[in-house]
Amino acid sequence: MADTIFSGSGKGRNRYRAGDSSIQYKDIRHLVPKQLLRTETAGLPHLSESEVVRHFTSMARKNYGVDDGIYPLGSCTMKYNPKINERIAGHPSFLRIHPYQRESDVQGTLKVMFELGEMLKQITGLDAVSLQPSAGAHGEFAGLLMARKYYDLKGESRKLVIIPDSAHGTNFSSASMAGFEVIEVRSKRDGTIDLDLLQEIVGKHAADIALVMITNPNTLGIFERDILAISDLMHKNGSLQYYDGANLNAIIGAARPGDMGFDIVHLNLHKTFSAPHGGGGPGAGPVLVRDYLKGFLPLPVIGKEGERYYLDEDAENTIGRMKSFYGNFSVCLKAYCYLLSVGDRLKDISIDANLNANYLKKKLGRLFDIPYGKNTMHEFVMSARKYREQGGTALNIAKRLIDYGIHPPTVYFPAIVEEAMMVEPTETESIESLDKLVDTFKCIVKEIKTDSRLLEDAPSEAHVKRVDELRALKEPVLKES
Amino acid sequence: MAKKIIRYTETYEYIAVSDGMGTVGISEEASDKLGDIYMVELPPQGTELQKGEEAGVIESVKTAADIYCPVSGKVIEVNKELESAPELVSKSPMDKGWLFKIEISHPDELDSLMDAGAFKKHIKDTGKW
Amino acid sequence: MVDYLVHSEEDRKRILGYLGMGGVERLFDFIPKKLRNIPLKLPPGLNERQLHHYLENTACLNRSLKDFSCFLGGGAYYHYIPAVVEHITSMSQFATAYTPYQAEISQGTLQYIFEFQSLMCRLTGMDIANASMYDGASSLAEAVLLAARVTGKNRVIVSGTLDPKYRETVSTYSYGPGIEVIETGYKNGLTDIGGLKKALDKNTGAVAIQTPNFFGCYEDVFRIRKALDSSPDCLYIICTNPLSLALLKPPSEYGADITVGDAQALGNPLAYGGPHVGYFAAREKYLRQMPGRIAGKTVDREGKDAYVLTFQTREQHIRRTKATSNICSNHSLNALASAVYLTLMGEEGLKDLAAACIHGAHYFAQRLKETSHFRKKFGSAGFNELVVSTDLDIGMVLDELYKENILGGLRLDKYYPELADSILVSFTEMNSIEDIDRYIEILKRL
Repeated sequence: MADTIFSGSGKGRNRYRAGDSSIQYKDIRHLVPKQLLRTETAGLPHLSESEVVRHFTSMARKNYGVDDGIYPLGSCTMKYNPKINERIAGHPSFLRIHPYQRESDVQGTLKVMFELGEMLKQITGLDAVSLQPSAGAHGEFAGLLMARKYYDLKGESRKLVIIPDSAHGTNFSSASMAGFEVIEVRSKRDGTIDLDLLQEIVGKHAADIALVMITNPNTLGIFERDILAISDLMHKNGSLQYYDGANLNAIIGAARPGDMGFDIVHLNLHKTFSAPHGGGGPGAGPVLVRDYLKGFLPLPVIGKEGERYYLDEDAENTIGRMKSFYGNFSVCLKAYCYLLSVGDRLKDISIDANLNANYLKKKLGRLFDIPYGKNTMHEFVMSARKYREQGGTALNIAKRLIDYGIHPPTVYFPAIVEEAMMVEPTETESIESLDKLVDTFKCIVKEIKTDSRLLEDAPSEAHVKRVDELRALKEPVLKES
Repeated sequence: MAKKIIRYTETYEYIAVSDGMGTVGISEEASDKLGDIYMVELPPQGTELQKGEEAGVIESVKTAADIYCPVSGKVIEVNKELESAPELVSKSPMDKGWLFKIEISHPDELDSLMDAGAFKKHIKDTGKW
Repeated sequence: MVDYLVHSEEDRKRILGYLGMGGVERLFDFIPKKLRNIPLKLPPGLNERQLHHYLENTACLNRSLKDFSCFLGGGAYYHYIPAVVEHITSMSQFATAYTPYQAEISQGTLQYIFEFQSLMCRLTGMDIANASMYDGASSLAEAVLLAARVTGKNRVIVSGTLDPKYRETVSTYSYGPGIEVIETGYKNGLTDIGGLKKALDKNTGAVAIQTPNFFGCYEDVFRIRKALDSSPDCLYIICTNPLSLALLKPPSEYGADITVGDAQALGNPLAYGGPHVGYFAAREKYLRQMPGRIAGKTVDREGKDAYVLTFQTREQHIRRTKATSNICSNHSLNALASAVYLTLMGEEGLKDLAAACIHGAHYFAQRLKETSHFRKKFGSAGFNELVVSTDLDIGMVLDELYKENILGGLRLDKYYPELADSILVSFTEMNSIEDIDRYIEILKRL
């Protein structure tokens, strides 16, 4: 079962056909220019259907999903993925729709997209939305390009973006991709943005500053209490304020980025809004803006006139398309279903998300240091630093958790904490599940003291032992030859 | 052999100076942080560098760190051993794992760098929690 | 109302008690009061049965392809999706898993990524491929960004026969680094190579060609490659439907540096345009510059084969402003669908499928000659699409076909005003001979 799909030796085993075997085709060699015809075999697999199923099924067994157990990854919001949403998204009347079908035939789909947009506007407190971006980073990129165009049209040359040092890596690279330079601002001792430092930066660079990118609460799980003052500072400077919505789960239903003065917001439908992660995607990263920026949104957006929904391609200053078509509809549909299910009880999500995180923080705080531990919300960052010398690095602890059948938390992020472990349980974990996590950490901490080899050798119970990452770099094998 | 003066930068590089020639590398603390190094990108011989300019990149399994040139000058020699044995930077950063040698153009720039004592303090102050 | 919470009121009380908090509002204490609890206008939640009912009704507002004979293409294709593909991609250990950063607990995901990469390399002839991009258009845009970075040149040429949505996306992405995008014209449905040669200068970092192009025509990729001989630094980017590579030469054989495209046609549903899936493959020398995740094969401590995400230092979470791209989440599950699809179809199945497309287009073109008002616009042969022009009103023609439950094709006037008299007609294994016959019969009586 460790074989790859190319291991099957049986040429001729591959019997699957989709065409119509009754049709006698003319030899295609006469239908394609000779110099373009393939002469060498591509080397595709030769497996029968049952072999294919066994192969991929055995691989699934080597994986771990949210359905298997807790996934306390900070800033990922690995909450339960509702199965009814999968069923609905799989409905043929939603799946077998061509993006070029006439609008009158896709009113159901357009309605879903429009209404989702309206709900997201409500939840965030912003005025206009595009569902086109495929992921959070894609939404960031779109938002930043909009800011650039906004300033270009105003005749203002603003090249700088301010980003806190605890921010997610995509913030930095999105800013760079959009043609901005980044000024990193250091966090205060309590983990929040240093307003004085920010004032200094704004004072120094003033008319060069395009925007500040903020996650709120930040990646330490701490709410940026000075947000209104920050917003004021930025707006008085003629700059914009961008909200990275990755941590929305902490405040959904309780507070809105729009009220905090954010001008551009992106959301992660595969985080806060329960769409599954799929092993790395697909997600969706809708971008929302204030009224005066709506002309810049990527097109098309979804419009409604009377009872009719349509694709609105009418925005003068649009930044253009971020990709083909209209967005990751299936992902949007799942988020839509989720919101319809939750209804007016959104705040229960953030309440339980924060309760669970605080519960874990108090319990785990007895085992680990939590440097920025005050006022955390849906996640917190603990440090394994005190165990490092004995072999209890964040890495080793993570690998040992795997032996206990638990997915590790995010490690080594944010970089401002040494031996960081960022924990976000989400609201869909029971007290028992949380206690199990705590007990597992307790066992591991004991092992650090009594037999740290167990950590250094971990994982020993997983499908593979610790993987040699260095070798993967020094002797790269990136495909089956 | 003339005694070498060693100075450190805020970005954790060191320069060992003697007779107007500086040997540049990264400090023990930096190489510790980086983990297993698998590749080092060095400036081509003859490159003119300014103080603080990006001179190359060190890549480890978990990160890629930019190397900043401590003082202005011309690159005279690069450590060719690192091509086949990049792990020398991890194992012996102050000795066999040197990165490149530079002909110093503005010796007074050395004054703004830190000595060993000041560097130790700097690590303490700027170190992450 | 259904919610996916777990805690009962008792549970909440217990936790609050443990935390020493008087009530749940304490959790939001540090949010400034004026920001808290702005009332939202949301209706009460639906329970599962109600939700299902409501969405079924909403779905009924759509007329899906079940009801039509579909000849629509233009970058999204109606192919049959095998049951095995759906079965595998709905396995929760694949669908609900996270990005495989913890290799030892994610060998399933990592292996399918590795297999996807291998399959794309085999089809395209490239040395390396990544774990997927959002779609073909954004994949091409990232290829353009890579070319500009690597060559240091700020100008790229894209063919006018490239999918207009791809060209628009390239323009959007180019706004960031300020790359100048030049478009060539076309002649008889193919890139105007003379015009291309004229536009090429020493500041050109890349030339991007789609083949088969948006009109379904096979580009003269060897001649274009030759035209680039005078610009040795310029990258040759090929954009192609991977299905076509079952029967066509891989781009490696005509000098492509990067090959990108959309693998939607390989096992992914249309779903009104998303999620589809981009692939990105390139020559080995571009490894360090390639965007996106890459899985590699290595060993574990006991020497057993193992897979791992590798060359991560290119990516945003490590390299930040200097990353090769900001891409984080990709379209992994869709890549799985394509990997399963390709494994199931195999070489013979895929060839058979590609042949069905070519034959459909050819048969249609032959029968088109029987009509008086319709003709094949461009002389060159087509893969799975061709352009049909008419002296009749396009809207009327499409309406007449629509009345017979035929989606006749894509009007081109929006993208190519000079082709206001034409539609793009697409063929897959879902179009039977009878379907095509019926289509032609209607055209004949118009």
